[in-house]
Amino acid sequence: MNKAVNDDQYRPTAPLSDPEQRRRIEDFLVGYVHAIDDGDFRRWPDFFTEDAVYQIIPRESYDANLPLGILYCEGRGMMSDRILALETANIFEPHTYSHILGRPQLSENGDGTVNARSNVHITRTMQDGRMEIYAVGKYVDRIVMENSELRLQDRRVVLESRRVDILLVYPL
Amino acid sequence: MVLANATELSEPFSWPDPGLSRIPFRLFSDPEIYALEQQRVFRGPVWNFLCLDIDIPNPGDFKTTFIGETPIVVIRDENGDINAMVNRCAHKGALVCLQERGNKKKGMTCVYHSWTYDLRGQLKGIAFRNGIKGKGGMPDDFDPAKHHMQRINVESFCGLIFGSFADGMPSVEDYLGENMTWMVKRNFGKPLKPLGVHSQIIHNNWKLYAENVRDSYHATLLHTFYVTFKVNRMDMDGGIIMADDKWHHISYAKRHQLDESDEYEKAGVHAAQYESKLAGPQLLDAWDEYDDGITHCIQTVFPNLTFHYTLNSLCVRFFVPRGVNETELIWIYLGYEDDTEEQTAMRVMQGNLTGTAGLVSLEDGCINEFVQRGTHMSADKAAFLEMGGRDTESSEASRATEAAIRGFWEGYRGIMGFQ
Repeated sequence: MNKAVNDDQYRPTAPLSDPEQRRRIEDFLVGYVHAIDDGDFRRWPDFFTEDAVYQIIPRESYDANLPLGILYCEGRGMMSDRILALETANIFEPHTYSHILGRPQLSENGDGTVNARSNVHITRTMQDGRMEIYAVGKYVDRIVMENSELRLQDRRVVLESRRVDILLVYPL
Repeated sequence: MVLANATELSEPFSWPDPGLSRIPFRLFSDPEIYALEQQRVFRGPVWNFLCLDIDIPNPGDFKTTFIGETPIVVIRDENGDINAMVNRCAHKGALVCLQERGNKKKGMTCVYHSWTYDLRGQLKGIAFRNGIKGKGGMPDDFDPAKHHMQRINVESFCGLIFGSFADGMPSVEDYLGENMTWMVKRNFGKPLKPLGVHSQIIHNNWKLYAENVRDSYHATLLHTFYVTFKVNRMDMDGGIIMADDKWHHISYAKRHQLDESDEYEKAGVHAAQYESKLAGPQLLDAWDEYDDGITHCIQTVFPNLTFHYTLNSLCVRFFVPRGVNETELIWIYLGYEDDTEEQTAMRVMQGNLTGTAGLVSLEDGCINEFVQRGTHMSADKAAFLEMGGRDTESSEASRATEAAIRGFWEGYRGIMGFQ
């Protein structure tokens, strides 16, 4: 059942203490946005665990605990369907993203998972050069270590605005 | 309501021959026509969607919205009755309710000069009416009873609240007509539950979206998700049903008639299951909610409202004009109060098919803009709409007809007074 992560889950109750662990997580989060900015969408599902949840939801609905946002994936299969769809089925005007990621706030849950919250600012550039702020919001994440690799177990992209310009096809 | 000819336009408009199968591109980009629509369509003899009953459940609850570009506030009063008025103070004209929703049980007060209204929009009191220390104040003949926010007619039908500037309108039920109301009752006839709202800005005239949702011709041609993933929908017959006056329509697809037959039992598949090449097939998990076999349905209500019920995903799409070439398309996803957790989860999952990021139909976010960009310098040219003939009748064909689009233009042409 899709349920927005409770606010408490990203409050840094037990701040992450290990600086080496922080550095690795920061590199992982930056690697994620760079993969998307580079158009390397096939790699996108690899940033998640097999059964991870990914959701894009406006802040208004997230705060009201409403379950339905703009995009929702349960598991890597649905994520790869999304990518296959945008590569083969969906029609839209070519564009690219550029993500600017804020410094994450990290906290440990005691079960090996880490909660992360980071602000994000995404500009979109269309093929004719038109460029605008496309999305501003925060990532609310739960991160796990899986076979010595970091992966997202839950990522909510909470958008400040409920309005999206034109359409949303590439993941954020 | 008397409709004048379109002589107020600096360049008079006349519909080209042979009529509704030709749509002049000027209609999508002329700012004067857009301005005239605000008066003749949105403030004319139509019922405009305002909000849902569940947006304002308690006395004092309000929701702000728009009729065309006019700001409106809908508020429930102490008696439980719904009131709607232009969200504009009778004094200087400032917005009275600033938030999108909230509660004003004690009345609405304009923040500018503290003019206070009851929940029916009647002025109750104003600041400094008798002046300060005997100086200033309103003239002796000032009568608060003569001042109120501009009220509009309001009516609720199946949990949907509609408003109209026009007096003497038929009821919403009669406005829609019997051909349309059965589907509204089917989809909205029990207590609703909000699931989530978002919107998208589409860079096109509002009428291009009104056409788009009546255009079943494009559905399988532009939107290829189902085909790409080899989704075997077991759907076949469907069609379009036109309202008597052609303003509104229903387009639907039904599950194969042999549904309940042995074929499914032999195959061991439940009728509501869809086979596909999806790696995440739970996307299409669904259940038979109604026994009429209808799996996909789009319903339009003139001028700028659409409902969809696809698999089990129920949504109100309300498209608000924001300028001659900009429209805000608001997606209001709903379930029912008595849904189980599992049913809610399926409706949420199916939300992926539509909306701003809809796997099946996200192309609609840009396709109308492509028409806007293609036509904006060709005011003297026209679209050619003869698929399915030149008429506006209901038909068993749903894919190879543009009858519903022609129906929209029949309504539009009449209401605008375009000869």
